[in-house]
Order: sequence, then structure tokens, then C-alpha cells
Amino acid sequence: MKKIFSRPKSLKRTPFHYCPGCGHSILHRIIGEVIDEMNLQERIIGVPPAGCAVLAYFYFDIDMGEASHGRGAALATGMKRALPDRVIFTYQGDGDIAAIGTAETIHAASRGENITTIFVNNGVYGMTGGQMAPTTILGQTTTTSPGGRNERRDGFPINLSEMLAVAKGSAYIERTAVNSPAHILKTKKAIAKAFRVQLEGYGFSLIEVLSPCPTNWKMGSVESCKWIDEVMTAHFPLGVLKDITGDKKDAH
Amino acid sequence: MASALLSAQKLPLRCIVPKVLMRGNHVVGEAAVRAGCRFYFGYPITPQNEVPEYMSERLSKVEGGVFIQAESEVASIHMVIGASMAGGRAMTSSSGPGISLKQEGISFLSALELPAVIVNMSRGGPGLGNIAPSQSDYFQATRGGGHGDYRNIVLAPNSCQELADLTYEAFNLADKYRTPVIILGDGMLGQMMEPVELPPEVQIKKLPHKDWTLTGAKGRPSRFLRSLILDPFEEEEHNWKLMRKYERITKEEVRWETSFADDSKLMVVAFGIAARIAKGAIKRLRDEGMKIGIIRPISLWPFPYKAIKELTKKVKHFFVFEMNMGQMLEDVKLALEGNGEVHFYGRPGGIILTPLEVSRVISSYYYQKRLG
Amino acid sequence: MLIKTVFSGFGGQGVIMMGYLLATAGMYEEKNVTCLPSYGAEVRGGTANCTVVISTEEIASPVASEPEFAVLMNNPSLFRFQNQVQSGGTIFLNSSMIESRPIRGDLEIYEVPVNDLAKKLSGNKGSNIIMLGAFIKKTGVVSFETMTHALKEIFGAKNPSIFKSNKAALQLGYDYLD
Ligand SMILES: Cc1ncc(C[n+]2csc(CCOP(=O)(O)OP(=O)(O)O)c2C)c(N)n1
Ligand code: SF4
Ligand SMILES: [Mg+2]
Repeated sequence: MKKIFSRPKSLKRTPFHYCPGCGHSILHRIIGEVIDEMNLQERIIGVPPAGCAVLAYFYFDIDMGEASHGRGAALATGMKRALPDRVIFTYQGDGDIAAIGTAETIHAASRGENITTIFVNNGVYGMTGGQMAPTTILGQTTTTSPGGRNERRDGFPINLSEMLAVAKGSAYIERTAVNSPAHILKTKKAIAKAFRVQLEGYGFSLIEVLSPCPTNWKMGSVESCKWIDEVMTAHFPLGVLKDITGDKKDAH
Repeated sequence: MASALLSAQKLPLRCIVPKVLMRGNHVVGEAAVRAGCRFYFGYPITPQNEVPEYMSERLSKVEGGVFIQAESEVASIHMVIGASMAGGRAMTSSSGPGISLKQEGISFLSALELPAVIVNMSRGGPGLGNIAPSQSDYFQATRGGGHGDYRNIVLAPNSCQELADLTYEAFNLADKYRTPVIILGDGMLGQMMEPVELPPEVQIKKLPHKDWTLTGAKGRPSRFLRSLILDPFEEEEHNWKLMRKYERITKEEVRWETSFADDSKLMVVAFGIAARIAKGAIKRLRDEGMKIGIIRPISLWPFPYKAIKELTKKVKHFFVFEMNMGQMLEDVKLALEGNGEVHFYGRPGGIILTPLEVSRVISSYYYQKRLG
Repeated sequence: MLIKTVFSGFGGQGVIMMGYLLATAGMYEEKNVTCLPSYGAEVRGGTANCTVVISTEEIASPVASEPEFAVLMNNPSLFRFQNQVQSGGTIFLNSSMIESRPIRGDLEIYEVPVNDLAKKLSGNKGSNIIMLGAFIKKTGVVSFETMTHALKEIFGAKNPSIFKSNKAALQLGYDYLD
């Protein structure tokens, strides 16, 4: 019998702890596939965050070094400078990257650090119980924005990827989603391209992935996926935000 | 000036003594590079600015040298973590508010068991305080400083020569025990120049192999380094492991220096620059016939508890002098275990006493206790 | 022997270099030396100073509370340091730029018009080295030969002609006072 679906080599046998319908699971899998397909398992090092993906080192069968909350870009900077021929990526949630780690991220991008960041935007602080995140959209209810996010009280959400696209040192920035097979495929291609951008030495690359958190959104899986299409993408439009490689837009 | 010093430093050593006159902050940088440090990450703050300035030039001239002026002390300590995970010898330096910001990373370094060297050219505090030399970061350095149950090796040099030797040694200790090492200096030590005999340049390739680094899982199983240990039993085990390491360090790495201990009726306890000033004071007083000695802890953690306790066999009176409000004093009291009498004199805020002034306070205590 | 000297002037007058040179020369004579430049906020406002201690014994503190010698290159320096010098101490002052004179009667004062003397040199430079020449002549803290050696080590390696002009400046200052 022909095997048509199996666990990527660069994922361990450990089952994920993520909630059903969580975007982290899908994303882990496709990152694993990309690592396999690009034959990177022996030369890639991942930097997991504080967040729901904190245990990513239990799932990826690659070298991984934990960062404290928000400091992934700084840690990866040190690592990449020490090991310029390895592929270094951080994996960070929206709270991690766009609140506590904003400075580290913007500066890594501005320095043109040759690293890749996978930015998982689920609009909430998943790990700590669904509090408001810097990417929580106006009107969205969270445990710390009970009546919905209100700009007068809570301020506006941050479009970090757009900000990073302005940074002179960033090379490739794309926003994708993992709420449908088509979007998942696109995400996978985007991640592969980001790694290629790093391999070719262009500088900072980042893929923002809109990702469902059914648990804290208090929605079913299907509903969560629909909500991304209908509500979230209106605030966080999908597409390539920056590409200095000269490839045609979306050509990958 | 920096460039004049740099060029002086590069001179062939034809001079009468094989020494160079260097500023403390430059000494730190040079000794680090010679110890094999190839990664420096920092952020400007007085009185340690000459460290990043020196490193920016020096590391650009050695193979594999990396200097980054980070966006903050938080970022710089995490860059250190990254370089250390990758197996490099890495250093950062700062003072006062910057060292406070680094505490997050220092706690992680300890938990992750990563070697690193952190230099604190301390200044007056709390808050922004000032930029004058101070010893008010003793507690922060010796008690861990960040969250969690951990200790750092803390070395407190009192001259540019010792700054060179201890910075050099710090990298070896950090690697040997897989733990962060703090060099606790102060503004004066960072700024002053003294003749220094520099340690020899190590060959990076000859440094002991590290079997735990993250370099890509080539030809071996993948590895990870983490500090999150959710299972309390496992975390307890990790804490015990750290504790056993700390016990080993406590046995093997205590450093101190005593002078004039033999016939003394009063022992002064002081560290760093304060010890140097106190020693000058004591010399004056001994010339006047007073039997006073000094013990100078060089490693503040591990602290020379035993050496001080040992002194109580002969000496009953201890005089602790610090440029703070009495921090090492607590360790001295712990060391004495109720034996002997302790007197404290300190000046916080960046005040530098002269040997003459210190000799006055010591001698008045000496006579008050009818020791002479 | 323990000798403390403070050098003071405004930024650009080369006072830190004077201290650095004196300490280097002291080191060559196998003495203990420390050199503590002013730093940070102290330097704002354009004044700089530098304290050098030279001793045959261990040096307790690099801070000179009561220096034996003060080398003062501008007016603010005179006001700041004239009362700190030890009784019986010596002040070298740059009489090209300092109009007033110390009011204390217990000090020895040497006036050296270093900016005017510098005009005799090519490029009108080296007033700090001229002062250093006068300073070592009168104090004997280090020998002329050692100071020449220090100049050579510090400037000669980079540019022999800079060494030559500095040596001329040193000689000029050395010969100015007798
Ligand atoms: C300094 C610090 N503050 C707070 C925390 C607690 N904390 C852990 S994860 C997290 C937020 C995670 O949210 P996000 O980055 O969006 O990741 P998600 O869990 O949603 O994937 C917080 C606040 C921490 N670990 N460190
Ligand atoms: S809380 Fe949300 S982000 Fe975290 S695992 Fe569950 S679904 Fe995923
Ligand atoms: Mg999140």
C-alpha cells in the first residue's frame, strides 16, 4: 500500500497538547513539512516563546532554545550571529511579539537580522486564559475586555506586520491564515519562501499567521475559521506586505 | 583618547615592564577578548560606556567577533543567551538601571545553565541615582537578583590588574559550571587607569568542548534548552541539581585575601575599591602602632564565610566598611555566627572616602573598644 | 613616596593626555601609578580633569583629595583646584590663559605661557606637552628620558613626525623654567 500521509520527519512522535481546532497544531505540522522538504532538519534551530507554543521543543525534532516572553528576536539575533550558516527561526504569539517583545522585534527587523519569525496572531493571550492581546480587534470580547475592546479605554489594535514592512532592514513580510486548505497551502509556501529569503541572506523575514483559538474565542472550530475570513481579515488583510527579493508578487 | 589607548595597547612590548596603562573599562574588554569572548552585546550607560566602545572596535578586528549595540539591556542579555546557546563565549556589561533590566535574562541563564559574563560597573542608586562609584548592588548580585532560587558567581576586583585576571577567569568559571558570572566593579574601577599585565590570548579551538550547545541536529539527536518545567517534581529535581552545583562552587571557588591578620586585634572587612581604600587607611594606623588587619572577600558569592569564622579564633572585633548602607555586613554576621563584635561604617550614594577619613573612623572605634 | 597630581583644563587642551603620559612614564620607572580621568556629567560644560598618583607603594585610592601638584590650564580650573592643593604644594598655571593668581601664600607657583610658547612650534600645537616639560623639570617626578620614551611609545608608533614635534614641545617646556 502506498503511504500518502505521515508525520514529518522533523516532528517528534509526541502528540500535541493544543486544544482541538487550534491553529498552532496545523502550523507546527506545516513548518515540519517545510523543514523536511527543504532538508533543513540538521541545520535549523527554533526559538519557541512564552505562550501556548512554549512546549514546541517537545514536538519539533530539531534543536530548540527557549526564549523568555517577547525576547525571541534578541535571542535569535545572538544565535544567528554566532551561527551565520544555520537557519534560525522564532515562533511567537501576538502578545509575545506585539506587546512585550515589540522593541526586540522592531530592532531585529531594522538591523536586518537574517532570521525568520513565525508570528501566530490569534488575537488573544491564549496561554494565560484569553486576555486582550495587542491584536484583539475593536469590539472583540476577551477576559480583560469584557464589553468588547473599546478604543477609548483599551486603545487600538496594532498592525505589527505593516509596521515591520516599513522597517528598512526587513526583506519579506507576508500575512497568511490557517483557516482553510487553500490558506494552509499558502502559509506553507510563505514559510518556505521566508526560509529561502534567509538562506539567500536577504535579511529579516516574517510570516504572520491568522490562527484560530476556539477555546478563548468561545467558538466552535468551523465558526472560528469563518470568523477569520469574515471579521479578522478585514482588520488584518492577507497578502504580501513586503518583498525585496524581486520575485513577482505571490509568485511562490 | 580611546584610540590613543588602543594604539598604546597594540604596541610591541619593548618597554621596561611588560605592562600597559589601561582604563578599567578597556581592561574588561581586552581581557574578555583574550579569554575568547567573541560576542558582546550592550547598551550605553555611564560609567561603563568604554566597554561597548572598546568592544565595537576590538571585536571588529578579530575573526568571528560580533558586537551589537542593542536597543535595550533586556535585548542585550537575551542576545547573550542566544550566543551562549550556540556555544560562544558571550558578555554584556552595564550599570545600575541597566543591570536591573538584565535580571530577567540572568535568571534565565541560571535556569538554562548557560555560561555568560555580566559586568556591573555599579553606580549610586536607587533609581537613576548618579554615576559615582557605589557598592549598593551587593544584594542584587549575590542573592541572585532576578526571580527564582539561584545564585551567580560574583567576583569583585579592586584593581585594574585584578579586573583583567578575574574577567579572564570568569569565562572559564562560567563554562566550567555552566552558570552566569558577574564581575562587580564600580564606576571608579571602570574609569581609572592602571598598569596591567594582560593575560595571554586563548585559542578558541582549544577550549573544552561543550556537549550541550544548539548548533543544528547534525549527526546527533536533536536537543533543546528550556527553563519551563511544569511538573513540580521535575522542577524540584532541577532546583536540586542547581543546588548541588552551587554547593560544589561554594567548596571550590571561594576567593579572599587577608593582610596583617597575624597580630591584629581588629579586622576590617571590605571588598572592591572600598577594601583598597581601607587597606591604605590600615597602613597608616599600623604605622602608629595599631594592630589592625583586613580581610577582603574577592568572590562575594561564594562568600568566604569559613575564612571569616576562622579569624574569630584570634580576633573578637570586626569592622565592616562598605560604600553602601550595610549589605555585605549581613554576610559577615552570618559568617561570625554570633562570635565577636561587628561594627559597620558605610557611605552610600557614590561618596568616595579618602584613606585618611577611613583611618579616622577605624581608629576611633579601635580606641573606643580599648584595643590599644 | 606618594605623589598626587591633578591636571585640569577645558576639553581639547589635552589634560587627559598629560595625565596619561605622566602615568605611563611613572609605570616605565616601575612605580605604582593610577590615573583617574573625570567622566560623565563632570565633563559636561567643557572642563576636564585627570588625577595621577605615583608611588613606590601600593596606591590606596586614585582620588587625590589633597594633591601635591596641580597643573591648571584655564581660569575655571584655578578656581576649582587652588584651595585643594596641599599646603606647601605647587601650582603650574597656564599664564597665557589664566589672568588671576592664587591668593594662598603657602604654595609655590610656576607660570608657563604655554599657548604663546606653542607659537614657536610648527603647527602651533603641543601646549599640553610644553606644560608637561615644565612640570617634570620642576617636580622631578619622572625623568626627561622616561617621558621622552613615553612620548615615543604613545605617538611614535603611529607617526614618527608627531613624536618629533611632541619631543620638541617637551624640550621647550623643560628649558623654559630653570
Ligand atoms: C515577563 C512575563 N510576563 C508574563 C508572562 C505570562 N505569559 C505567558 S504567555 C503570555 C501571553 C501569550 O500570548 P501570545 O503571545 O499571544 O501567545 P498565545 O498563547 O496566544 O499563542 C503571557 C502574558 C511571562 N511568561 N513572562
Ligand atoms: S488556548 Fe487557544 S491558542 Fe492556546 S492551545 Fe488552546 S486554542 Fe490554541
Ligand atoms: Mg496569542
